[in-house]
Amino acid sequence: MKKEIDQVTGTETTGHVWDDDLRELNKPLPRWWLYTLYATIIWAIGYWIAYPAWPLVNDYTKGVLGVSQRATVTQKIEDAKKAQSSSWALLESTPLDQVSGNPELLRFASASGKAAFGENCAPCHGRGAQGFTGYPNLNDDDWIWGGTIDDIQTTILYGIRTDHEDARSSEMPKFGADEILDRKQIGDVTEYVLSLSNLSTNAESSARGKELYAAQCVACHGENGKGNTELGAPNIADSIWLYGSKKEDIMQTVHTGRGGKMPAWESRLDPLTVKALAVYVHSLGGGK
Amino acid sequence: MVDTRTEWATFSSLMAILAAIALAILGITLGVGSPSAGMAFHGWVLAAASAAAAYYILTQINAVSAPRSDELVYNDGPIKFATLAAVFWGIAGFVVGDIIAWQLAFPVLNLDLPWTSFGRLRPLHTSAVIFAFGGNVLIATSFYVVQRTCHARLAGVWSPWFVVAGYNLFILIAGTGYLLGFTDGKEYAEPVWYADLWLTVVWVAYLLVFLATLWRRKEPHIYVANWFYLAFIVTVAMLHIVNNLAVPVSLWEPKSYIVFAGVQDAMTQWWYGHNAVGFFLTAGFLGIMYYFIPKRVERPVYSYRLSIVHFWSLIFLYIWAGPHHLHYTALPDWTQNLGMTFSIILWMPSWGGMINGLMTLSGAWDKLRTDPVVRLLVVSVAFYGMATFEGPVMSIKAVNSLSHYTDWTIGHVHSGALGWVAMVSFGAIYCLVPWLWKRKALYSIRLVEWHFWISTIGILLYITSMWVSGIMQGLMWRAYDSLGFLSYSFVETVEAMHPYYVIRAIGGLLFVFGSFIMVYNIWRTIRGDESVDAADQPRVAAPPEMRLKPAE
Repeated sequence: MKKEIDQVTGTETTGHVWDDDLRELNKPLPRWWLYTLYATIIWAIGYWIAYPAWPLVNDYTKGVLGVSQRATVTQKIEDAKKAQSSSWALLESTPLDQVSGNPELLRFASASGKAAFGENCAPCHGRGAQGFTGYPNLNDDDWIWGGTIDDIQTTILYGIRTDHEDARSSEMPKFGADEILDRKQIGDVTEYVLSLSNLSTNAESSARGKELYAAQCVACHGENGKGNTELGAPNIADSIWLYGSKKEDIMQTVHTGRGGKMPAWESRLDPLTVKALAVYVHSLGGGK
Repeated sequence: MVDTRTEWATFSSLMAILAAIALAILGITLGVGSPSAGMAFHGWVLAAASAAAAYYILTQINAVSAPRSDELVYNDGPIKFATLAAVFWGIAGFVVGDIIAWQLAFPVLNLDLPWTSFGRLRPLHTSAVIFAFGGNVLIATSFYVVQRTCHARLAGVWSPWFVVAGYNLFILIAGTGYLLGFTDGKEYAEPVWYADLWLTVVWVAYLLVFLATLWRRKEPHIYVANWFYLAFIVTVAMLHIVNNLAVPVSLWEPKSYIVFAGVQDAMTQWWYGHNAVGFFLTAGFLGIMYYFIPKRVERPVYSYRLSIVHFWSLIFLYIWAGPHHLHYTALPDWTQNLGMTFSIILWMPSWGGMINGLMTLSGAWDKLRTDPVVRLLVVSVAFYGMATFEGPVMSIKAVNSLSHYTDWTIGHVHSGALGWVAMVSFGAIYCLVPWLWKRKALYSIRLVEWHFWISTIGILLYITSMWVSGIMQGLMWRAYDSLGFLSYSFVETVEAMHPYYVIRAIGGLLFVFGSFIMVYNIWRTIRGDESVDAADQPRVAAPPEMRLKPAE
């Protein structure tokens, strides 16, 4: 092999040539490169001495620091549980309606409830419990199934319209689908419902609807449309609308009866988390 | 002498036809016999491909047996095929990647159809870009480089064709399988058992063709690019076989069960996964770098000694690094720690390739300004250096506890995949197309300039948005309030990532645009069109036999 000198860099080549013009310079390893490589190796050896690293036949090297990931995480979980244990015990022994009387306990229960709400409830009710169409806003004082803290806990535990035997359930008739009312009548009764919150634009139709309302709706929603939390019949005289306040939204409700469901959480969350959730939801602003 | 070769070529063709007929029969059997509609479809695909192959060989039987002079003629047909396949699959993979990026930002784009859901398109994207695009680039360039640097024709009459066609058939079967919902459930190893078996056959053929060509070489030394290609081919064979050791529930069903259980299975998977990065996406593409950079800039490789030391240290160390994908899991402490320390030691061996790539430009740095193909190659090496520094950093357990499972990982992977793998491939393709199709130059070097800038901006948008999104995500996950409760719900972290998902998808879109520019440029080049800037291109843009001598 005839070694040549590369004219540009003045460095010797190795003398190998491939494919007409591929050559290599005979340069040493860059010093900084080599020393950094050595440094990483020395660091690694130090790490192997300090921590578990190499397998043996039936065991492994434990390292002089005696660190074990599993022991560390077990300890951390224990510490975290210990830090909260007295608060949880207090929450357990305090009756639900008295939690708000102890500001420190209320703060703890709300914080716990907020975290549980974010993971479990927010997908339907929204991060700020603001609700979406078909999913109630939990910040206001308009409660379909009651807004006392006990009502709220009952709703969370057993859900609404679930298979759970303690679940509360009711069914609004499908006035249109089951042909109880015809399309014109549904339009009239909707006008009347709109008139309860001053949204009606057709007095004549509304007047016709009033009679239909008295015959069909009053039993659950009441004479003034104030609803009945025992039956889960919403207040339809206020400006809060679960499925929208446009005429077609309400006609749709009268037609199909809606009947939204909420799952039961009794089997998914532990009782204390449900308790904390009830405290949190109750504290949002609308609790009764 | 000529007689023996003619006879041998005829014999090869006959054997190839017999093999194709046997495969066609196997395909028909599967097509008729399998109760799984998808597997039956794959049987028919195999039958159709084999029948087409048999017919094609039959039409070529006289041509390959024709007496040839003893002059060395390189076998470039399979290389052209693989180059075009790389471009085709590259576009497909990039487009699907950007679609799923938009799906993450706007889930409604899943269209509520099983075939277009993120779960099926994601493996389609990863396999299309890594194995279909990257694999075809590797096969094309390795076949090109090994012939030139060994001064020998590719071994085998039909074997090189079998490698490229068989590999692309594998891709077709794997990809359509994903869309039909077939998966082994292992990341980057999703193809079902019969696709895996087929790939094994193809890969062994690839290894044999490569080795036999090396064996025939007329050069005393084996060029460094070939060391990397060989390490890539051998190791990928081992990784593929071990990680896919599975028992099918029936020979007529795509479902199989892996032989490993629990954490051993996880460890095998990431031993495979990390070394797919190390040997497929690093060693193989370093092979490309070691040929195309010195060739394009017409400078010697910076340091022979560095190439030896970083080659051996790289392939020795990479194999150990897989456990860093399983930090803080059921994997034992010692395995995690060992994987992490080897990942750190791997930093300099990885950078050896970067130093050799960049420093090869010494004496030719001006080409970075004048030749956008050089810029693609060099910037790819810069991204390689960045990704191989970021990798060891992320393997440190303290860092990993923040970065793991977040978008930071996705950003890291793409700085390697888009910045390094794709850019070096683009550079190689821009070199290869005029060389293979014997054109004086690329259709337009200005379009290469556009491609370079659009895709570079796209990559930067991608990486930076994923850094921000990933670190934010990791910090939100671990945030506790003073009472010990999580500060953020999972939904809130997803919500917070939305703007970064949009930025990432825009970055991806730019990258896709850039690749369409490449397709147009390549198509016009192959057609033989020349634009006004042909004269602006370096002399190395032309194939060696059409080049002007360098000015003294």
